[in-house]
Formats: sequence, C-alpha cells, structure tokens
Amino acid sequence: MEAEEHVISLLVSNRPGVLSRVSGVFGRQGYNIESLCVAETIDPQVSRITLVSKADLSFKEKIKKQLDKLVDVIEVIELKRTKSVQREMILIGISIKKKVRADVMKAVEMFGCKVIFLKADYCILEIVGSKEETETAFNFFKPLGVQEIARTGVIALSHRNNNDI
Amino acid sequence: MKLKGAEILLKALAEEGVDTIFGYPGGVVLDIYDEIYKTQFKHILVRHEQAAAHAADGYARASGNVGVCLVTSGPGATNTVTGIVTAYMDSIPIVVFTGQVPTALIGSDAFQEADITGITRPCTKHNFIVRKVEDLARTVKEALFIARSGRPGPVLVDLPKDVSQAETEYQESGPLKSAYHDPIYIPNLEALNETLQMIKQAKKPVIMVGGGVILGKASDELRKFVDKVQIPVTHTLMGIGAFPGTDSLSLGMPGMHGTYYANMAITHCDLLLTIGARFDDRVTGKLDEFAPNAKIIHIDIDAASINKNVLVDLPIISDSRSALQQLNKMLHQNHFTIPEDDRRKWLEQIRQWKEYAPLSYHREGEKIKPQYVIEMLYKLTKGDAIITTEVGQNQMWAAQFYLFNQPNTFLSSGGLGTMGYGFPAAIGAQVARPDKTVIDIAGDGSIQMNIQELATVVNYNIPVKVAILNNGFLGMVRQWQEIFYGERYSHTNISQIPDFVRLAEAYGAVGLRATKPEEVIPLIEEALNIPGPVVMDFAVDPQEGVYPMVKPGSPISDMDLGK
Repeated sequence: MEAEEHVISLLVSNRPGVLSRVSGVFGRQGYNIESLCVAETIDPQVSRITLVSKADLSFKEKIKKQLDKLVDVIEVIELKRTKSVQREMILIGISIKKKVRADVMKAVEMFGCKVIFLKADYCILEIVGSKEETETAFNFFKPLGVQEIARTGVIALSHRNNNDI
Repeated sequence: MKLKGAEILLKALAEEGVDTIFGYPGGVVLDIYDEIYKTQFKHILVRHEQAAAHAADGYARASGNVGVCLVTSGPGATNTVTGIVTAYMDSIPIVVFTGQVPTALIGSDAFQEADITGITRPCTKHNFIVRKVEDLARTVKEALFIARSGRPGPVLVDLPKDVSQAETEYQESGPLKSAYHDPIYIPNLEALNETLQMIKQAKKPVIMVGGGVILGKASDELRKFVDKVQIPVTHTLMGIGAFPGTDSLSLGMPGMHGTYYANMAITHCDLLLTIGARFDDRVTGKLDEFAPNAKIIHIDIDAASINKNVLVDLPIISDSRSALQQLNKMLHQNHFTIPEDDRRKWLEQIRQWKEYAPLSYHREGEKIKPQYVIEMLYKLTKGDAIITTEVGQNQMWAAQFYLFNQPNTFLSSGGLGTMGYGFPAAIGAQVARPDKTVIDIAGDGSIQMNIQELATVVNYNIPVKVAILNNGFLGMVRQWQEIFYGERYSHTNISQIPDFVRLAEAYGAVGLRATKPEEVIPLIEEALNIPGPVVMDFAVDPQEGVYPMVKPGSPISDMDLGK
C-alpha cells in the first residue's frame, strides 16, 4: 500500500516524558515523524501534539491504536484535510543583496508574507499557510538565496463535526 | 498526621491490599527498608533483583492480584528490566518500586544513578518518577490501578531518596477506585448476537483461548459457555488452565509445538472464536495459511491486538469475562440449540485426529525420557500442583504432558521466553499459595540463570520443588541445530555443569538424583513428602526432541510428528 501523509492530533497529559512515549511508538516500528508540534491547551494539564507521519493505511490504524493505549494519551484524532483547518509557519532567512533584492520583495508581496527582521543584506520572512502554500512559497524563495529555515510543522484543528473524528 | 515518604509508601500499599514485597535493599532505599523493619511489613529478600521482579510476577499469576517488588537505584533497577519485559509481554500486573538518587543529583551521573524511567519507558505499561512527597501516595495507588486495570501490565515507580525521607500530611483514603486512565469495556451486544448466529451456522467451529481468559478471571464462564455450545477448545501457552485440559473437548495447545489435532482443527475449521489471545507467530505459523477456511471472531480487551497479525471478520473489544457472561445470558434467553448432526460429524473428525496422532514419545530404553518425568509429576501430584517452567524444551514438554484443569496454575514466560523465570516465579507462586505444591520444571541451562535463589527458598523455607530435566545441552537450541544447522552443535553443549544435588545441599536444601527410569517415581514421591525446598536432578535422554514441530514460516498443518 502507498504511504500517505497523515495528520494526527493527540491530547495528552502535560507531563515530562510523554513526548518520548509518543515518539517511541513511531520509532520502534521504523516510521519517521515528518513534523511535530507540542503546546499546552486551555487546560494547563493537557497538551496538544500535532504530528505528521507517512504511513500506509493498515499501519496508520495500528499506530493510532498503539497511541491510544498510552496511559498519558487522552484522545487520538486523525485530521482529514477536508474536515479540518491545517496551518504551518515557516521562517526564512534570506539574503537580499542587490542582485536579488527586487525579486525577493516581489515574491514577498506575491505570497503575502511578512518581513519580520531586516538588515541591509539579510531579512527574515514569515510565511503562514496550508502546507501546500508554505511549500510553494519556500520552493520559490529557495533559489533566491535562502540561508536558514525553521518550520513549525503542521498544526490543525478539526471542524468539530463529531461524525468526522 | 505528618509522615515520612517511606511510611507513606508502605501505608498506601497496605491500603491497596498489598501485604508482600519481594525485594533487595541498597543505598537509596535504606529509609524504606528501615520502615519495613519497624513495621514488620512482609518482605521476601531475594538474592538478585531479576528474581524479585519474576517472583512478583509469579505471585501475580498465581494469585490474580498485583505483585510488588522493591529494589535500589542503578544496577538494582536495571536488573529488574528482564523481569519487567517478561511481565509486559505476558500482560502480568506487577509494580516495581526502584530507588533513585536524590532529586538534586538526578542527571549528574551520581553513584548508582540510572535513568530507569527512560530505560523502561518502552517496556512498561506506564512508569512514574515521584518528585515530591506530596505526590507519593496518589502515585502508588495509581500505579497499582494501572497495573491491574484493562489489559494488565508492569508499572514502575521511581523513588528518589529525598522523597522517601521527606515528610508530608497523610490521610488514609482506602484503595483507589478509578484513575484518569480508566478504561471501561462493555461488549457490543449486536456483535455478540452475531457471534451466536455465526456459531449456529458453523459446521466446524473451534474456540481458541489465551491468557486473557485467565487474566479476565473468565474460566468458569468459559466452561459454562462451552458446555452449552459443545465446541472444541484449544488454548495458547498463556491460556493453559483457562479450560480443563482433561475435558474431552480440549484440543490442547496449537502452534509450533502444539498438538496435531489442535493444528488440524484450526486449519479445517469454518469458524474460529478467539478469546483473549493475540495470534502470536508461534501460534499462527505461516499467516496466510492460518485458519484459511474460517470466519474469525476476536474478543480482546486490547483494541491494538485486533487486526494486528490476523485480519478478523468480527472484532469485539471487551474483557473476556463480560463477553462470556453476556454470551451465556443470551444462550439462556434464546434457548440456543446446537446443530447436532454437524457437530457430531465435526467432533468425530477431531476424535479421529486425536487417535491418529496423540502426544507421544518412545518410552523404551535405558534412559529417562523427559516427557515421562512430567507425566509422573502430573500423576503423583494428581494434576493439582502449580507448575512454573523455564524456557525451552522443559517448557514445551510441561505444556504438553502436564494437564491443567485450573487457571493460574501454569506459570511460564510465553512472550519473552525468559530463561531463569521459572524458579523465582515459583517462589512468588508459593508465597501467594502456601497451600499448593509448586514445582519449577527446569532445564540444566535455565536453572543456572537464577540458581542463587536456592538461598531464598532455604532462608524462608519456601517448599518449592525444582525438577531439572538434565540433558547436558541447551536442548531447544540443540534441537534447532540438529534440524536446521546440519547437527553442528555450536556452543550448546553445557555438560560442564555443577553437581546439582551437592549444590542444593551446599545451599541447605535437599538434592535428589535419578538416572534410571525406575528411579523416577520413588524420587518424586520422596521429594513431594519433604516439607522444604528440594532439587530433583533427572538425568534425561539428551537425544529427545519436542514434537510435533512446525518449522518457522510453515503453515501449522505442516507438522513434523517426530521420529
């Protein structure tokens, strides 16, 4: 079966060691976590982990069950693209030497990204969007002289139609 | 009332009904041991921490309650890891308390520091490190709750020295009734109804039960159910005792060293109702050809076990007891009748398989046959002993030739296959069940992996009997070398072994030896009459193999029935 990207959202107890248990489920079976984002929720005792992993269907089901078994995991939700909002942020450090400055600024405008740090020959851009959008923008900037990059990975929330989760 | 952490630990354990600890002291648990001394809490001092974990495991399996052990930090803690994984693989509820260096020193590579929660994270059901004495009581109770609830398993609680020394207010609160992790399993009634429909339609049904029936305390419900539906029952290694081995509907064990008739019945059945078993590779053989003609129903408490190895037609997530209780209720209400003609034909077929290839061995010869020893142990204990095993040939022969009619009486490391398990587990079982005869069926290889526990059994006069099937080889590995590796016996000859009789005597136990078949019965009789620990050394035929045998990767219908 074809491996696909899946977005999995977990509510977990906000305690030390929990992330290690969650990542252990993937690592043990040799599956890579493509991206991962963890932060506290409105309830300070609960954190949300949003992670993206490539897996075939049967494996995805196994992983979900294994995650659900962990004592610290409160809920496991798979977020389908069509039934959730998914966003990622990328910070791009890029050279804006004379030769490329015009091109970079044009692209900034085109993709609607923010310049959040600026020096004479270097700036940091913030790109927010769906993974496709951030990806497209990133691919566009790359040949213009990207020097550093940091990505949050996907975060997501379901549309809260109970039938979907 | 202000109490020290060490006192709180023992009080919280007592409130949860724990009255026995298996353990070994050390630097960072001195405060706890001081409290054990003052309160006279029942503590069995083992001679190696691995044995403490196995003894707690044996205690849990024999009693159906949580087993508890206590060890020090660093090497004390790491020595329990084999015992923890053993319990994890077989879903046995134990709680392991490990000492830890004071919180201020954690992470500094202090003397006898090990990151035991990190080490055991993948092999415990859950683990804790208690950083504040205020959290201690709740954590102890939660640990016991998690160990025994849902699919049971080992839980580790790491206790830094300063936490057991610190004081806090303590209020008695009785046993913990629920935790934030509180799984409830109610079987789906529609699915159970469908189960009964499928049973009605089946011409050749088989029930396969595993350890889940024992852990779920569902043996009596299973017996009622089978009485009514008249379906033959096979039990996995972990399910031994869940259904009476002497019942005419019992097929014995399936799989690699299973019976011919269990494997044939599974291969030819049209319905396989599996309860509390997880389709281990040793049971299924080649997956594609496992129960190829059957619809499969799988009742299991652990959703992650369902559709893991074998795709099933009807999954039912439930504990075994609730499901069987409900099924029995439905049978009663629906005036269920079995399709008698079909069933008669099927049971006749099974009778023919049983007749064609019963479990057997060549009895003739000058040498003691290991299977004969087990048959005689069965006969002379009237099938009423608790048997623990080590791992390898001794384990398989015990599973084949001793018939178990009661749950919690066959204790064996099924999933992990831990040599050295049987003897300390027997100690735990005997402490849990002082009324029972407890026998460890061992090999000369595996008994040496925890033989130091002879000191423990003599120390407390724990009357465990050890039956060593002594063939001078690592027998099961030797058997594979014989069959698959051209009889090149690489490093399996261990005939350089101690004189077990004199060794037992050196420890202060009784040692007995039999070298001829006619000595077996009198020796066992003598051993059973001795009120203390006994080591029985049986010099058995080293050529003997375990049969039937399914080669790894072959379908279970493809059996080598032996020479």
